[in-house]
Amino acid sequence: MDLNFKATELSLALPGTEDLPDNNTTTTSPNPIIKTTNKRPSPDMTPTETDESRAAPQPKAQVVGWPPVRSYRKNVLHGKKAEAETGSGMFVKVSMDGAPYLRKIDLKVYKSYGELMKSLEGMFACIIGLYSENEGYNGSKHAATYEDKDGDWMLVGDVPWDMFVTSCKRLRIMKGCEARGLNL
Amino acid sequence: MGYSFPEEVLEHVFSFISLHTDRNAVSLVCKSWYEIERWCRRRIFIGNCYAVSPGIVIRRFPEVRSVELKGKPHFADFNLVPDGWGGYFYPWICEMARAYPWLEEIRLKRMVITDESLELISKSFKNFKVLVLSSCEGFSIDGLAAIAANCRNLRELDLRESEVEDLSGHWLSHFPDSCTSLQSLNMSCLLSEVSFSALVRLIARSPNLKTLRLNRAVPLEKLSTLLHRAPQLVELGTGAYSAEIRQDLLSNLTEAFAKCKELEGLSGFWDVVPFYLPAFYSVCSRLTSLNLSYATIQSPDVTKIITQCPNLQRLSVLDYIEDTGLDALSLSCKELRELRVFPSDPFVADANVALTEQGLVSVSEGCSKLQSVLYFCRQMSNSALTTIAKNRPNLTCFRLCILEPRAPDYQTLEPLDHGFGAIVDHCKQLQRLSLSGLLTDRVFEYIGNRAKKLEMLSIAFAGDSDLGLHFVLSGCESLRKLEIRDCPFGDKALLANVSKLETMRSLWMSSCSVSLGACKWLSQKMPRLNVEVIDEQGDLDSRPDSCHVEKLYVYRTVAGPRLDMPSFVRTMNQNPAYRR
Repeated sequence: MDLNFKATELSLALPGTEDLPDNNTTTTSPNPIIKTTNKRPSPDMTPTETDESRAAPQPKAQVVGWPPVRSYRKNVLHGKKAEAETGSGMFVKVSMDGAPYLRKIDLKVYKSYGELMKSLEGMFACIIGLYSENEGYNGSKHAATYEDKDGDWMLVGDVPWDMFVTSCKRLRIMKGCEARGLNL
Repeated sequence: MGYSFPEEVLEHVFSFISLHTDRNAVSLVCKSWYEIERWCRRRIFIGNCYAVSPGIVIRRFPEVRSVELKGKPHFADFNLVPDGWGGYFYPWICEMARAYPWLEEIRLKRMVITDESLELISKSFKNFKVLVLSSCEGFSIDGLAAIAANCRNLRELDLRESEVEDLSGHWLSHFPDSCTSLQSLNMSCLLSEVSFSALVRLIARSPNLKTLRLNRAVPLEKLSTLLHRAPQLVELGTGAYSAEIRQDLLSNLTEAFAKCKELEGLSGFWDVVPFYLPAFYSVCSRLTSLNLSYATIQSPDVTKIITQCPNLQRLSVLDYIEDTGLDALSLSCKELRELRVFPSDPFVADANVALTEQGLVSVSEGCSKLQSVLYFCRQMSNSALTTIAKNRPNLTCFRLCILEPRAPDYQTLEPLDHGFGAIVDHCKQLQRLSLSGLLTDRVFEYIGNRAKKLEMLSIAFAGDSDLGLHFVLSGCESLRKLEIRDCPFGDKALLANVSKLETMRSLWMSSCSVSLGACKWLSQKMPRLNVEVIDEQGDLDSRPDSCHVEKLYVYRTVAGPRLDMPSFVRTMNQNPAYRR
């Protein structure tokens, strides 16, 4: 399947600035060429509005609510594409020390560390809690760690959430005593 | 009056009349029919929860068993209605809990419902059977746990496309062991895992379960276990349809599907691994409904499936199906009534797939029973639209979304007025229409003149002037819902057609050119309309009347201005006399 990476790049460039298929001659073209302008005023219409509302080319940057696709639909597909594209960060394996089998979660469905932790707790029936600078993992028996893009094992919670999502390759829930050995 | 029918006879006759529109008509015949009818109406449908108050409804219909309510306007689906706008269920449940102890069914769409309300439902109605929450929000798993725990005779729990706060999924175990009445469970919108063992036990003790829609988190490896417990299923929504490639897994799944002799509908299919698609081929010949709109599989795989489904009536699919797949559809699926093609990559200008207007033309040629179309594409032409219209005059719903706003006919570069004109000309039973592409006022003239059965119209980035809106408001006799965004429609058409607005359910206009002054004037002229101005920039009071409002939502109501508005929503001309 052609993933067409270029096509997934979001840019504020006006459309038609890359390839130029014939059909890209709307008001959104970079040079509002009068000869290909959309409107042919028909003689029986009285223009009550000027062309002001249409003259300024609309930037291609996403218009709110357009196209009319519901957000859960957008998420499904874009999450999938990002996973294929970056190869990291979305579906990650989660292991817990002592558990007989691993789980897999989709990081894209969480919006914060809190949500992630809650979900992990539910999955493994353990208390992890959020890591805080002063108290570490707050006396809990487990700590959540992850392997990042460079292959290093990091404590979950240090970096901003968005950065974490893109760099996390897999998760491991360690026994608390081992975790304390990690650079605290 | 001497010789009227005894009430019991009339009541018996009325019991055969179920459509709410017919019931409404019956109630208008005369006073005694009104009285009899209101006492025996069991189902009510309220298309706009703010059009009437709970008190009014309860006073008129004291013996209701089933309530259906809709809240936010349709454009809320596309994030055009700010959070906090309204649509709260709480006031309704408060009054219904007291007034309708025998209530059995609640169906809500685009409403905000809290855990508290869910708990109230679960405890107030001894015989509660059906809860459908479509595109709702405001509740969490805790609310579902209450429903599961307390509704002894629950038959249907359908959360379709709702946003549920998923704290941790342990609510299924709240269904008591004695609960065996479940016929339909749709939890496809839930994000986190549910307890699989609880799910299996629930299914195993629900012999009447006909519909089961799992959420994405239920892994494919476990699907056969569920199917073995519920071979009587008529509709199944899978979870994620992916697993490591294993021959034994495929065999198990194939065997499990083969046992489901009643299966007619399939959905789900997130994250499809094509290796596992053949597992359900054995049910294809029976399928009437197939939703592959999350399945990111390519055209050959899609085609392989649909060519085995000669009885298919409803298909939802991604544009990966491409024109070739739609050609195959048109040849194989002669029973097709409804087609929905969604965009796989909606935010990219260049086509990532070979899907054009041709695909739709093919389907319109081959599928003679086609009635309902939702089609996202990147190019369209007047000639294609005209062909489609001539092929399929029996269309009742035509929603076309050309991804680029104001895209002209890609062959002639002209507006698409004639094409859509042909649609409304030939399809005389058209009830719902969504426009897109480059359109002048002319298309609205066609619509106003020809679309006499049109009930719902969606317009975006179209038209030149108020004339366009005027054509629609003055011409479309059956119009109930009109939603408009980013069109150069201003005050003139609106103010020239004020009485039309009372014959409609609602009008939505956003990013148009309607002035604040016009909104005020409209509100004063028409006291039975709520004229809501939604404006997040704040400070409406200090704005001049000439300024344009961001968003306008006008709807008829007998309940007066609502009292639950957030700061960014104002009803013009709030008259205290109308407070109830």
